[in-house]
Formats: sequence, structure tokens, C-alpha cells
Amino acid sequence: MTTAALPTAHAPRARRRRGPKWLAPALFLAPGVFMFVVYVIAPIFESIWISFYDWDGLGPMTFIGAANYVELFDDEAFYTALENNVVWLLLYMLAVPGGLFVALFLNQTVFGIRLVKSLFFFPFVISQVVVGLVFAWFYDPSFGILAMIFEAFGMKPIAILADEDYVTYGIIAAGLWPQTAYCMILYLTGLNAISPDQIEAGRLDGAKGWRMLWHVVLPQLRPATFIAVVVTVIGALRSFDLVSIMTDGGPYGSSRVLAFYMYEQALSEYGYRMGYGAAIAVVLFAIMMVYISFFITRMISNERGGR
Amino acid sequence: MFPTPIARVSAPVRVGYKVLLPVALVVWLLPLLAVMLTSIRSQGDIAAGNYWGWPTEFNLLDNYSAVFERSPIGQYILNSFKVTIPTVIGAVALSCLTGYALAVYRFRGNLFVFFMFVAGNFVPFQILMVPVRDLTLDIGLYDTTLGLVLFHVAFQTGFCTLFMRNFIRALPFELIEAARVEGVSEWQIFTRVVLPLVRPAIAALSVLVFTFIWNDYFWATVLAQSSTVQPVTAGLYALNGQWIAQWHLVSAGSIVAALPPVLMFFMMQKHFIAGLTLGATKG
Repeated sequence: MTTAALPTAHAPRARRRRGPKWLAPALFLAPGVFMFVVYVIAPIFESIWISFYDWDGLGPMTFIGAANYVELFDDEAFYTALENNVVWLLLYMLAVPGGLFVALFLNQTVFGIRLVKSLFFFPFVISQVVVGLVFAWFYDPSFGILAMIFEAFGMKPIAILADEDYVTYGIIAAGLWPQTAYCMILYLTGLNAISPDQIEAGRLDGAKGWRMLWHVVLPQLRPATFIAVVVTVIGALRSFDLVSIMTDGGPYGSSRVLAFYMYEQALSEYGYRMGYGAAIAVVLFAIMMVYISFFITRMISNERGGR
Repeated sequence: MFPTPIARVSAPVRVGYKVLLPVALVVWLLPLLAVMLTSIRSQGDIAAGNYWGWPTEFNLLDNYSAVFERSPIGQYILNSFKVTIPTVIGAVALSCLTGYALAVYRFRGNLFVFFMFVAGNFVPFQILMVPVRDLTLDIGLYDTTLGLVLFHVAFQTGFCTLFMRNFIRALPFELIEAARVEGVSEWQIFTRVVLPLVRPAIAALSVLVFTFIWNDYFWATVLAQSSTVQPVTAGLYALNGQWIAQWHLVSAGSIVAALPPVLMFFMMQKHFIAGLTLGATKG
């Protein structure tokens, strides 16, 4: 502080040599902002614009107003995908309490616990393609481990991934595995930062187990919970890899989610309907925007509170 | 510490915990263990339906060399490195610049630019898909490594900027002030004062971006199609279609594909977790 206050006399000379005040930040920002605007920001608006056209990606674009959106309203496949997205969103949330549970279980100091913690985190590090292949194999009705468990109980194995009623749940279960690991690591970090004084104070007041968790620990874990919820919501709405790997949207499109349906419409053997695909993407984007705005609003209020 | 440290509870509970811990670990990792075991099984075991029992013989070398000899997985792995490494360098370099600008300078629109990066980072990929694919086609980079790298660099810059800016903001600002007073130029403040201090952030971002890009599957299928360009995620999916019921090969391939990020994680665990849990303790 003192160093900053001392030589005020030099400041004007230094500034002149530096050029105008805005120049330095502008130069530092230019490359990053350029790339981000070209590849991320502009495409969002372009997609919204394309969603009002009929376009196969190559030929001329025909303006058709809101016709793509009107078509969505009557498209049963769209409703299936939307419904599945809701199911994903709700069930994926299990990763948050699940991760907390695992974190509480592992938050001990015994021999080798560090290695155990990192091994528990493993599923998040490997690709969803691998996770999808492994679980598809698990669910296989003729030799998967699930079939063996069913047979052990004398039941007929269910072909989870070939059954319209179960397929989405089967895929979500696969997704919960890495997602729970992610939430776990967030909570482990959060638990590390909890003030031991408050825990001791709670113990003196006779708080134990659930009451301690609910009244003393969870309030302090709020930042971790917030991030866990945000990443889980985004993970749920971004679900594409697992659906594509495990079922390719089937059987009969019953496991499609919006992200996958969009891809299918715009870029697969079903045809190149870029406009229609863009309209689906816009709907998905609108849903995501609700969460993004919520997140950003919170971050802005934190910024105001800060420096 | 919560829950109560295991050293302070009764002996039976303590013993129970120590027994339960490895059991829980095995159950949690069961899918991976099964894959590992299968990757060393013989063709005979697979044909006989011995998927879950102990292997009758161990074909570690046979299976893994078969994967490399009978499939282009080596090529796919190389492709993955060719996409991942330049992306890490590019995204980290760009975000050092942007993060520095947003953390150190006060100017109108600072928060706006910052939140543009943050918000863009969360959008669903599908809203970018058609225009980005189009742009990549137009500049002649469809189905090239460079096309994939450029997009990944741009997109990852969002997350990396968020991280870098917060990291630089937490540094003691007096250091920068002092350097300015000494008459050090802005660029030299950046390279001589700030960059050495953000090394931990660079390490954290490098491992994270490496893992994200290595595991990317969506863009690998949208922006590339040939086996000379597609990374191992897309390649593995293609191979899975060819190796019907040859689960020992699929498993060995999966392990090979998963290995680089796993090794990365183990080598740089501290940085990896620091990066992922950014903000989990405050804010």
C-alpha cells in the first residue's frame, strides 16, 4: 500500500508512455474475445436465425417464418425427447445427495484414504464413450451382470436397453456413475474447508448425526451444493454421448433427448434438416438459459459483494 | 471434522468401517474391474460365455497387441493427441491474456465481457453445431485436425478465462502496482510478474482441458469423419460396431482409450481437483 501511494509524481509520465488507457486491456482481450465471438457467441444468434428457415445445409435457404416451431408442436418425437430431458433433469439430481453421501463416507483419515478417494473419482476421468460401452455390456440380457443377478433371483432378465419403458432409466443410471463422482469431489473439498470450531460448538450443544448435518454442516457446504447443482443440471441437459453410444436413440426413438434429436434431424441418415434441427436447439438453449441466468445473477451479486 | 473421525468412535464401528471401505471401493469400481478382467480374457472364454468368472487363461499381451495390430486404434490415439495438445496450449495461452485483462484493468464493459465468457461456457453444444460446422466447411477445415482444434480452443477459452481471471484477482494487487510505479511496461508486468505466479492455474487448466478434449465425442463426430482425423472416442465407437461380440477386444480398446486422461489425473491430481472444485469452498 505504501509503495503505491509514494511516487504519485511519476504517474503522468508513465501513463503517457503506455498509450491510451483502454489500449492495453483491448490488446490483451482481442485474440480470446475474437475466437470466442466467432465460434460461440455468433453461432448462437446464427442458429436462432437458421431456425426460421428451411435448409438442407447445401442448397438455398427458404424463409418459412415460425413453421419449424409450429411443426415441433405436433411432433411426437419432440415431446418424447422433451419428456426424457425432464426425467434426466430430475433423476440426475440424485448425483448431488449421492455425492454428498459418498463424500461423508470417505471424509476420514485412515490408511490409504487418499488413494481410495482418487479411485472413487475415476469414473469422472474416463470418457463417456467408455462408460456407455461398459454399461451397455452390463445390461446385456444374455450375458450381462444384471441378467445374472435377475437369474439368481429366479426372474427373467429384462433387456433394459431394448425396452421402451426402461431404456432412459438405464442410460441415466450409467450417467449417474461419473456425475456422482464429480459431486463427491466437490463435497470433499467443501468438507475440508468447514470450520472445525463450529462443528465443536455444535457437538457441545449436543447436535449429532442428522441434526448436525442439517443445521451445521450443510449451511457451510452451500457453495459446494450450488456448484454441484449447476454442473449436474448442465450435465443432464447436455446428455448426448451416452444416448448416442448406448442406444442411438432407440428403441423406436424412445430414449432420445433434445440434444440427440437435434443432431439426428440436422446431421444423420434421417436427413439434413438444419432449420428444424436449429429450432430444437433453440428450445434446448431456452431451457438452459433459465439456469444460466440464475447462475450469472448469483455470480454478479457475489461480484458486487467483492472488490 | 464431520463426520466424527473414525478414531474417536467405538471399536466395532471402527473395524466395520475399515472392512466396508475396500468393499465399497470394489463395488463402485465393479464396471471398470470387469472391463479390465475381460480385456485379458481369451477368445475361448468369451465364446463359452465366461464373462464374469475367473479367466481360464490370461491373454494380456495377445489381446492388447491384437487391438493395435488389427485396428487403427494407434492412429486414433495419435489423432487424439494431435487435437488435444494444441488445444491445451491454445486455450491456456488465450485465457492467460483475457484473464489478466479482466482481472487487472478497470474499464467499462469489463464485467460484461467476463460474463459473456461465463455464459457462453454453459450453452448446449447443439445450438452451436450447425453454424460451427458450416463455418468449418467454409474455411476448408472440415475433417481436419486444425478445424477441431480451432473450435475447441475457442470454446475452452470461456471456462479457462473464468478460472484465470478469478485466480489473478486473488493475487496481491500491490505487486502489479509496484511494478507499474517502477515503470515496467504492461506486457512485461504480464510476462515477468503475473505469469510466474499463475503457474498453478496453468497446471490445473492444462490437465482439465486435456481431459475434456480427450473425452470429447460430440464434436469429434460433427467436425470430422475419416479415421485419419477422428480422435479415439469416435474411433472406439466405430470399432465397437466392427468387433461384434468380441468383448475382449472392445475392453482392451476401452482401456487403451481411457488410459491417457487417467494417467494425467494421477500425475497431476492436486491440480486437477483444484481446477474442478473452483468455487466449491467460497462464493
